[in-house]
Amino acid sequence: MLRFILVRLASAVPTLLLVIAVAFLMVRAAPGGPFDAERVLPPETAANLAAAYHLDEPLPVQFARYLGGVLRGDLGPSYYYRDYEVQELIAAALPVTALLAGLAAAVALVVGLAAGACAALTANSGTDRLVTGLAMTGISVPVFVIAPLMVLAFAVHLGWFPASWTGGGRGERLVLPVIALALPHIAFLARLTRGSLLEVLSADFIRAARAQGLGTWRVLRVHALKPALLPVVSYLGPALASLLTGAVVVEAVFGIPGLGQLFVRSGLNRDYTLVLGIVIFYAALIIVLNLVVDLVYGWLDPRVRAR
Amino acid sequence: MSLRAALSPLAGRTRGVRLGAWLLLGVVALAVLGPELSPHDYRDTNFDARLLPPGLAGGHLFGTDELGRDLFVRTLTGTRVTLLVALVASLVSLVIGVAWGSIAGYAGGRIDAFMMRAVDALYALPFIFLVILLMVAFERNFFLIFVAIGAINWLDMARIVRGQTLSLKQREFVLAAELLGVRPAAVLWRHVMPNLLGVVVVYLTLTIPQAILVESFLSFLGLGVQEPGTSLGALVNSGVAHMERAPWLLLVPSTLLALVLFCCHFLGDDLRDRLDPRRSGS
Repeated sequence: MLRFILVRLASAVPTLLLVIAVAFLMVRAAPGGPFDAERVLPPETAANLAAAYHLDEPLPVQFARYLGGVLRGDLGPSYYYRDYEVQELIAAALPVTALLAGLAAAVALVVGLAAGACAALTANSGTDRLVTGLAMTGISVPVFVIAPLMVLAFAVHLGWFPASWTGGGRGERLVLPVIALALPHIAFLARLTRGSLLEVLSADFIRAARAQGLGTWRVLRVHALKPALLPVVSYLGPALASLLTGAVVVEAVFGIPGLGQLFVRSGLNRDYTLVLGIVIFYAALIIVLNLVVDLVYGWLDPRVRAR
Repeated sequence: MSLRAALSPLAGRTRGVRLGAWLLLGVVALAVLGPELSPHDYRDTNFDARLLPPGLAGGHLFGTDELGRDLFVRTLTGTRVTLLVALVASLVSLVIGVAWGSIAGYAGGRIDAFMMRAVDALYALPFIFLVILLMVAFERNFFLIFVAIGAINWLDMARIVRGQTLSLKQREFVLAAELLGVRPAAVLWRHVMPNLLGVVVVYLTLTIPQAILVESFLSFLGLGVQEPGTSLGALVNSGVAHMERAPWLLLVPSTLLALVLFCCHFLGDDLRDRLDPRRSGS
């Protein structure tokens, strides 16, 4: 198991390096410098600014300096928010996004697994068809369509929940964003769980367990659940990344001051260091979360560990 | 199952699949023809007719937006842009994916291992964020949207094509061509590629909705198609800004976008089930 963890960790390093290099080069290759948008600067001032941000050095030196900073957790100063370091801005925005994504992931897991299991146990019944149909709709309709429609229905017309972050209590304002973010994942998880549970339930060892006289619940809990969860766990890796992109949309719709909002703002402001820092942060986060998913997978399926 | 059997006129399909196909065809036809049929232009502003609700009065079937532009024409033009971006982006991913996958599969050995290891490494990248970075750095260049979206989607295509090529390589007609002394490149081009068509077309039905999604996502955030041009994502975005006073600005484009994606998923699922006998049970 330790070897398995170490191999995975080692393979994550080049991926992260690649992300940093590609993102860094992309920003440096961008036409127009960070200070071009303002009035024309005298050449001395421009040179001073470039020197202050180390923009006058050759590219490899700049990259080495940046990489060294990243290793120490220093992502450099923001070009737009002049008095702030990138890591300070990220740290300030992260808790809201983490809360949002964490709650959405929990809701999606609980509701998605339950709905999928319900559908599988009552295969080809009315319940099954309802769940399958709803899941198909949920997968097809993107977050940036669902979220505004939910605001329109539940905030503007019915007035049950606040339409934006500043409008309501601490609990209430979370309800709509979390549901909007969780819905596509509920749909996907329900479909995935239904499919894999149906496959497992038709396996020989389940028939053997049933033949021994075990009840439905005991068969589910002891024999069927663990193998049926494998595809679900392997879906969690990509799901976490899509949860983060979904959070970008949800934060924009509900005006939540999280990481996604910061990311889009910094993009529109052409705040290159901030965009770069957030991309690298997202990449690191996704790689680490994927690693965790891999470990869970290894724990569930001994065959993976053995390889 | 051959491509022809999978794509044969929708005979033997369930009513739902047939309905999905006709709906999609209708949306495509409207997007292609619609803007030409209306007397309005998608860029024409009219400050006397701002935020008109949908109706037959004034000839604005779906109403008008905050600048008095006809929403019917704007929605259809947006659909046209969205579909075009999705189609071209899918073709980009098709070209890269098929080339990469078939060369890896046909070459085999160390080249194959290296090429597929590269695909594995790229899988771990948070592409959507790199695409946003690309859009920020290069001023939301329209051409770049195509390339960027295509660059995301080719990985799956490469994997599937490689798998298919591996099994085609064992077939007698490929062996026969090799024995007759046909050069590897020619074997690949003339004997392997044509037989990949079925899988590639089916897979294309899955990449198109993905591309639609990415384009709408970027445009929704204001990083994609720029004014006065429009796309479904951009329309949904401006609909959000006015949804309290003019909900139709949100409802019309989001309904159409959801409809297109729903039809694509429905058809893609069905095609995949038909081509993959292993999946048909679930």
